[in-house]
Amino acid sequence: MKLMHFRLKNVQKEKIAGYGFLSPNLIGFIIFSLIPIIASIFLTFSRWNLASSPEFVGLQNFSNLLKDELFWRYLWNTFYYAIGTIPLTVILAFFLAYLLNRKIRGVVFFRTLYFLPSVTLLVAIAIVWSWLYNADFGLFNFFLGKLGITGPRWLQSKTWAMPAIIIMGIWKGVGYSMLIFLAGLQTIPEQYYEAAEIDGANWWHRIIHITIPLISPTTFFVIVTTTIGSIQGFDQFYIMTRGGPSGATTTLVYYIFQNAFEWFKMGYAATVAMMLFVIVLALTLLQWRLSNKWVFDMGVN
Amino acid sequence: MLKKSTSKRLVDYLSYILLILTGIVVILPFVWMILSSFKTAGEIWTFPPVFMPKKFQWSNYVEAWKALPFDRFFINSLLVTIFVTVGQLFTCSLGGYAFARLRFPGKDKLFLMYLATMMIPFPVLMIPLFIIMQSFGWIDTLKSIIVPGLFSAWGTFLMRQFMMGIPRTLEDAAKIDGCSYWGLYWKIIVPLCKPVFATLGIFTFMGTWNQFFWPLIMINTISNKTLPLGLVMFQTRIAAETPWHLIMAASCATVLPIIILFIIGQKYYVKGIVTSGLKG
Repeated sequence: MKLMHFRLKNVQKEKIAGYGFLSPNLIGFIIFSLIPIIASIFLTFSRWNLASSPEFVGLQNFSNLLKDELFWRYLWNTFYYAIGTIPLTVILAFFLAYLLNRKIRGVVFFRTLYFLPSVTLLVAIAIVWSWLYNADFGLFNFFLGKLGITGPRWLQSKTWAMPAIIIMGIWKGVGYSMLIFLAGLQTIPEQYYEAAEIDGANWWHRIIHITIPLISPTTFFVIVTTTIGSIQGFDQFYIMTRGGPSGATTTLVYYIFQNAFEWFKMGYAATVAMMLFVIVLALTLLQWRLSNKWVFDMGVN
Repeated sequence: MLKKSTSKRLVDYLSYILLILTGIVVILPFVWMILSSFKTAGEIWTFPPVFMPKKFQWSNYVEAWKALPFDRFFINSLLVTIFVTVGQLFTCSLGGYAFARLRFPGKDKLFLMYLATMMIPFPVLMIPLFIIMQSFGWIDTLKSIIVPGLFSAWGTFLMRQFMMGIPRTLEDAAKIDGCSYWGLYWKIIVPLCKPVFATLGIFTFMGTWNQFFWPLIMINTISNKTLPLGLVMFQTRIAAETPWHLIMAASCATVLPIIILFIIGQKYYVKGIVTSGLKG
């Protein structure tokens, strides 16, 4: 009886401790994550310019969205940036990781070097690249000129502004994906390669028949996370082009920013943001469905 | 045998050439930034571009620092970053401990909610957050950047995953000795968690130092701006002709602390990426 009482008291104590330890974290979580999420759902059904009080408009924001040519254009721009950035980033990252995974000297040096763009603040990088892209004095057009090519006006050109930002995005993003690939490559048992070598497989066969199939969950993960990251980009677009020239580099996030903080259309901005969420959610679910490797690790036990 | 090792060596050389070539492409913008930061305005505005400045203009750094209140920006950035980093280590390790070790009703549901919010894009949160900040009267203050940064679902998740991997034997022994939960956390868990503290600390420090979007929305007054906002001011407001040499000097000064920190702590940084990326 006494032991029972003791246990009960302990369970009670643990409960209190549990909530106690969690509470600083939980309060922040509720105020700065949970409430905003719920509020943003409500906002999508309202019209609000911050000056007057919010007005319920039902599904009007959504029907406006479907008719909004700019929304569709900027949605395309968002995907254009993602589609432009990801394949090259993934291929380059895999290739670099593959080279670094050969046990050669200086791996840490190269790994650090390639990773530098990923840790450097995007603001500074975007500023430096704007200067590199300068049509008249920039380094890129100087190099192109050496090759006999007259460089475009890059960030001032409707055609070239997006590719310019894409190139920078690849340069910045390769290091991160490379690290993930490197970790993935290290999980492939050495014996597989040795066995293949004994069977007379050359390096190309080994890449095609061992490395690429075995690393495919990592590849998939890299593709999904970089896609999710790239459709949420903002800093580079703000700094390099302000979404221009004439909307050529306006992405969904930039459009949300304009609606909310330049035009104070809070309800509509929240609606566009919800579309962004739907895209991210779809990508995340896709990842969870197709590769349950990570789901198990993240699950609650 | 001999033939094979020479062919292997050939592949090694080829790998090096490719790695070095890529390295040059990666480093070039940095080199250009550093070299430009030492040029005169005249050397900046010439075509074809001059690679090496004739004389290194260290005064650019002084001039850039004076052109805008950069000491203020620097202090603001440092304040925000330190508060956020320390605060996040505190709240996330406490929360992580609760999720990893303690039993209380609703725990699993709460944890799932934390996981779910991790994938919500910031633009979804930022509009209601703006309204919350407005109702608190915090707009245009450093509080508006610091306080929301003190909490992180991702950091809590990272802490919990690490703590799950710590064997319970030490705690069991201490529990028998009548150690309180706080004692278990503070005397046993925290000392064993040094690596994950380093990982989360470096991640948060860098993320906060580099943060631009949210401060851009929140801060208007010059004296409350952080370094990234200050850099952008340079680009737009200062003169009709952009003083690129000064901007490059200011960029170098902003980037340098983060690169040093990364090189010192890269072991933990890399671990963080791999942990959150691949498996817990």
